[in-house]
Amino acid sequence: MDDRTDDVTVGSAPVIEPGYTFATVTDKISAIVLTRPTSVAWLFGFGVAFLLTMMMLYAIGYLFVRGVGIWGVNIPVGWGFAIVNFVWWIGIGHAGTLISAILLLLRQSWRNSINRFAEAMTLFAVACAGLFPVLHLGRPWLGYWLFPYPNTMKYWPQFRSPLVWDVFAVSTYFTISLMFWFIGLIPDLATLRDRSGNRAAQIIYGILAMGWRGSARHWARYETAYLLLAGLATPLVLSVHTVVSFDFAISMVPGWHTTIFPPYFVAGAIYSGFAMVLVLAIPIRKFYGLEDFITERHLQNSAKVMLATGLIVAYGYGIEAFMGWYSGNRYDTFLLWNRLHGPYHFWYWMLLVCNIGIPQVLWIRNLRSSPVWLFLISLDILVGMWLERFVIVVVSLHRDFLNSSWGMYYPTRWDWMTYIGTIGMFLALMFLFLRILPAISIFEMRTLLPQAEVKPE
Amino acid sequence: MDEQNRERRAEVVCPSKLGLRAVKAAIEQTQGPEYWRSLEELAGSPDFQEMMHREFRRGASEWLDSVSRRGFLKLMSASLALAGMSGCTKMPLEPIVPYVKQPEDVVPGRPKFYATAFTLSGYASPVLVESHLGRPTKIEGNPEHPASLGGTDVFTQASLLGLYDPDRSQTLTYLGDVRSWSALVEAIHGPMNVQKTLQGAGLRILTQTVSSPTLADQIRGLLKIYPQAKWHVYEPVNRDNALAGAQMAFGQPIETQYKLENADVIVSLDADFLYAGFPGFTRYAREYAKHRNPDGNMNRLYVVESTPSSTGVKADHRLPMRAIDIDGFARALASAVGTNGVNAGNSVASVEQGKFITAIARDLQGHRGASVVIVGEHQPASVHALAHAMNQALGNVGRTVLYTDQVDANPVNQTDSLRELVQDMKSGKVDLLVMLGGNPAYDTSADFGFADALKNNNVPLRIHLGLYQNETAELCHWHVNQTHYLEAWGDTRAYDGTVSVVQPLIEPFYGGKSACEMVAFLAGQSEVRGHDLVQAYWKKQYPGADFDLFWRQSLHDGWIAGTTYTPKQVTPKAPNLPLANKPDDSIEINFRRDPSIYDGRFSNNGWLQELPKPLTKMTWDNPVLIGPSMADRLHLKSEDVVRLDLDGRKIEAPVWIQAGHPDNSVTVFLGYGRRRAGRAGTGAGFNMYSLRTSSMPWFATGVKITPTGGTYKLATTQGEQTMDTPVGSRPLVREASLDEYKQHPHFATEEEPVAKLSLFPGFDYKSEPYAWGMAIDLNSCVGCNNCIVACQSENNIPVVGKEQVMRGRHMHWLRVDAYYQGDRANPRAFFQPVPCMQCENAPCELVCPVGATVHSTEGLNDMVYNRCVGTRYCSNNCPYKVRRFNFLLFQDWETPQYKMMRNPDVTVRSRGVMEKCTYCIQRINQRRIDAERAEQQIRDGELQTACQQSCPAEAIIFGNINDPNSRVAKQKSQTLNYSLLDDLNTRPRTTYLAEVRNPNAELKTSVERS
Repeated sequence: MDDRTDDVTVGSAPVIEPGYTFATVTDKISAIVLTRPTSVAWLFGFGVAFLLTMMMLYAIGYLFVRGVGIWGVNIPVGWGFAIVNFVWWIGIGHAGTLISAILLLLRQSWRNSINRFAEAMTLFAVACAGLFPVLHLGRPWLGYWLFPYPNTMKYWPQFRSPLVWDVFAVSTYFTISLMFWFIGLIPDLATLRDRSGNRAAQIIYGILAMGWRGSARHWARYETAYLLLAGLATPLVLSVHTVVSFDFAISMVPGWHTTIFPPYFVAGAIYSGFAMVLVLAIPIRKFYGLEDFITERHLQNSAKVMLATGLIVAYGYGIEAFMGWYSGNRYDTFLLWNRLHGPYHFWYWMLLVCNIGIPQVLWIRNLRSSPVWLFLISLDILVGMWLERFVIVVVSLHRDFLNSSWGMYYPTRWDWMTYIGTIGMFLALMFLFLRILPAISIFEMRTLLPQAEVKPE
Repeated sequence: MDEQNRERRAEVVCPSKLGLRAVKAAIEQTQGPEYWRSLEELAGSPDFQEMMHREFRRGASEWLDSVSRRGFLKLMSASLALAGMSGCTKMPLEPIVPYVKQPEDVVPGRPKFYATAFTLSGYASPVLVESHLGRPTKIEGNPEHPASLGGTDVFTQASLLGLYDPDRSQTLTYLGDVRSWSALVEAIHGPMNVQKTLQGAGLRILTQTVSSPTLADQIRGLLKIYPQAKWHVYEPVNRDNALAGAQMAFGQPIETQYKLENADVIVSLDADFLYAGFPGFTRYAREYAKHRNPDGNMNRLYVVESTPSSTGVKADHRLPMRAIDIDGFARALASAVGTNGVNAGNSVASVEQGKFITAIARDLQGHRGASVVIVGEHQPASVHALAHAMNQALGNVGRTVLYTDQVDANPVNQTDSLRELVQDMKSGKVDLLVMLGGNPAYDTSADFGFADALKNNNVPLRIHLGLYQNETAELCHWHVNQTHYLEAWGDTRAYDGTVSVVQPLIEPFYGGKSACEMVAFLAGQSEVRGHDLVQAYWKKQYPGADFDLFWRQSLHDGWIAGTTYTPKQVTPKAPNLPLANKPDDSIEINFRRDPSIYDGRFSNNGWLQELPKPLTKMTWDNPVLIGPSMADRLHLKSEDVVRLDLDGRKIEAPVWIQAGHPDNSVTVFLGYGRRRAGRAGTGAGFNMYSLRTSSMPWFATGVKITPTGGTYKLATTQGEQTMDTPVGSRPLVREASLDEYKQHPHFATEEEPVAKLSLFPGFDYKSEPYAWGMAIDLNSCVGCNNCIVACQSENNIPVVGKEQVMRGRHMHWLRVDAYYQGDRANPRAFFQPVPCMQCENAPCELVCPVGATVHSTEGLNDMVYNRCVGTRYCSNNCPYKVRRFNFLLFQDWETPQYKMMRNPDVTVRSRGVMEKCTYCIQRINQRRIDAERAEQQIRDGELQTACQQSCPAEAIIFGNINDPNSRVAKQKSQTLNYSLLDDLNTRPRTTYLAEVRNPNAELKTSVERS
């Protein structure tokens, strides 16, 4: 019995609606890039995102001129929005590789409809994330000192610091994700090359397609490479956020120094990553009429993943609170009190509502298949996960060991401009991606068609 | 090169656009904390740079001709005089020539120290000033001088910044226009001649408190030439009450000195003798701390005070009480200790107070001859007289209390003196008013109307000598820029009467005149130099043939031998007291000198403006202090704005809730709300002089408080002032009573973790020659803030301004935390200085990704600024939060004055770099080099950190803990020694000696540990 057939047909909703042939699948997906005219809505959306990107560049420019003091960071809250946003974006960047690599290895063929743009989203999210660690430096122009490289200064990174591990984790993750994404694109780039009527596009797609001709040998090598990369990427999905969580867990700040952080961070990352996938997928399938490819099945599955990871996250919160009480440590006990009643208590309660309360409606089957509801719940989870990082970074720091050094953190307009600006940059890149590359993997979609089934003799 | 060519070339190189005047105007528009930023922005503009280039005298910026060393110095001072702000934009074109003959004692990199003295309200702080190649860079106490013993106070420390203040008055002006000295000479010639014929009937001289024998002698000499002329003295923070009290008790002006080293029981009636500004503070702090040894003799301090003060924090028993009620308390106490002729009457307000008085009286009587009653200058004459009577009755005179001549050379009632002057001015009797220093147009009580009298052209010729173009200078015809005490000759007296010669450390930056030179000029000696005046006076006093030796010895030692006052044998009369105040339940308002900027004279001193006030930790402002229960009654929160209305005089200011403040009373601080202070001081805070009256200068009743509904942001440096959290208290400051300490000597370390756990073998610090450590004795620390300013001065720490302080970005490497515990109406209070702990297990080092903070073999946690990229992770992971980050470019890199001021041994940090206390590593290395050259070890006591050196109470001890005989090792071996947050296993090298209080068993008050 072939698993793949089962995947396609089992359950109420199919992974791809019936009635498609190889040709129609290709037509439909490649049309978005090649034949459809640029819509006003696209121009408008891209325009707004582009303006936000410009705002971000302005904020970064001012930051370089004046220094990191234009933000709200201070002593004791040495890390503010920059690190909150960094962790948030990195978390979002988790879904892509998870969908591409882990689900590929687990032979979850429904992933084929969403893996392409999920990977793109990963890259863009990691690009946004990667800005912040550099920007938040007091002397960003010396950020390269975190890399080990031969130099005349007899200078070498301090490898006990989790920030150095971060550099490796994030840069490796970005590199592998980029490779994975690009290799997955090659057959489709060849399709675009062949179908494009525009000479320039033919040349560009042609170069990017690296001479792909679709021969059996090509496919064999492609499959091997893709699987190998998936194997490489899989541990990274777990390692990146684990290492990011070490930034906190290695330190001795109450609220950071917690052994549960690695699993709880990874779960949280997948949680927000899937939320972002849905936030993007739902409008895309609507505007480009891709309901047949991104079906209710995908929404259902994503919702289930969110529900599961959300519960792991809730467990994490529970353990943190429990340990705050059970440890009897005066600083941990106070941390718990401070989260619940301190100056930022509203945000902690909001976090519980957004991340634990509201997503529980996903137990309801009808909501899981309602695009509008899922979209709203996904937005809520994105907000909640951002608040989680805010609570971890700011609320832990602002009141630590010595009462005399307690302080408050208030973000400035530059904090907001940078944060919203990265959202703009992320969206702008997504808009470009939709117009330039096939947002859904054409050849992998075709394997889902019943015609692609290999009938045993 | 001929002159013409040179000029042409210079013009080609650099034509000028922006004028000095335009720059000044641009700067004057900015004020307060903003100035730090705008100055930098302005200085970066190309127009400005060009102006800087051109504004110099020709030659200073181009260096087109070879200049001699002497010429260079001349040009530098001339350039500064002209420009005020400038920057060397060009390297010299000519090679710099080394000395042909190297002066024997000038070694670059090796500072020299000169003895001189700083004077505040007539009382001298003897100092040694560190001089690097002719630039004074740091002020230390004079360890040989009995008034200092090596310690200083905040005003003395910060006076260095005053020298380099770019806002100092730099020129002589007539109605605001620059004039030459000869113009003044000419202008004054006629009026002085007229005065000569009138015998000086229209000549008035207004000075601040003068203790300089030379100046006093000169003025008296001047009054001989002009017999009808008058010498008036006024300072807003004066000692009129003490003087009147002495008159009441002795019938003559007598100065009171205390010998706290002999005092077992100290009773302070509103006297803040453990904070700068109290005459003799530096010495008293030392004596107090010395006599507070839990293992030996331990004094007991009772404080009755009208506003919470450092002294109150250190009290074993503290009673908050409205200032007006202290008179009654003093009468009752005097009666209880058996003072003749004092009847308590019904002045005791409550049973509790009665018990308090009985207990203190019994304690005092049990320590006859070893107790002392000290009264603050705010209290009326009657309380001073009562204290004299009590000290007499207790046999303290001659033991703990000494009576001497007045330090003030002209001990008059300053309020009356000024009143007389204003009347004369108003009635047109004054033709020529010469003000030597001071700022009476700003700091006189509102009812004098001094500024109006000055404004209304009642006085045809007004001359002001001052360090700043202040509110008074503005209303005068002539303003003469005064020389700073570090640039002028003079003399002054310490609280014990010892005269110090004030010797200059540097040529005056902007020319200018000292007070002595100004008086000499009035007396007709226009060109005589300060040095000659002072020397001439002392030649008269010391007619011996070896005057040169005497003079050099005096300059070297920092004081003139044989000038210390000998105690007088006087007996106080039974005080003839005025009738006791009627109990008055209306709200009282207290006027106090500000702990940071005194009476306003230091308003433009950024170090002092940003110095957290000892209890509130407030910077840059003077809110109205109000007690917690009163605030609750009025529904006020800190930062709420109220309108204060005292007999129709109104001001709006924010309130700050101060635990331990007496109920039904508020305190305001003088010195703020300056209109013309300079970039740092102008506009900061609220002018409380506008509420003050001459009849009730220190406290008044009947103030009305109305909330306006507005709020005003205040900048404090301490997040939380309680060690209690909703889930339990934190043992940050550890404390026990003397009895508890005797029973449980290890009380401070009972929470110590079982073992110093580590997976790894520790570094063997014991085998190193040095292991640096510090012990801070919380019992000795009086919270005087001196260490903070000393550290700021030594380590080139920038001032960041109010806005940045509000954001939590102040840069002090060393802070003094003030904590309260218990009842908010009268809490237990503590001071805890917190420098870097130099943890052996430093959490900061582990997390730095670039190795910018690393450990030395001597146990120091070193900061490598050049490596730091500014992740701030180290600060996040520092449980003590002692690390400071340059969030913006906080250092002023442009102002040339500041360049000269900085300690050349310490890196000037730029933007984006973390910094923190280094245990003054520059001093360690300096001594190490010396020791290695001498092939020996650094001896204990040879090496002092800046905070330690300035501490008047010797609360901070630093040294080599590998040497078991070092003072620090001995301190650390005491049972009181504990580490802050020791359960984190950071193994700090800085440790604390727990506080021990000595409460009276008879009294059960909140001071006791429950």
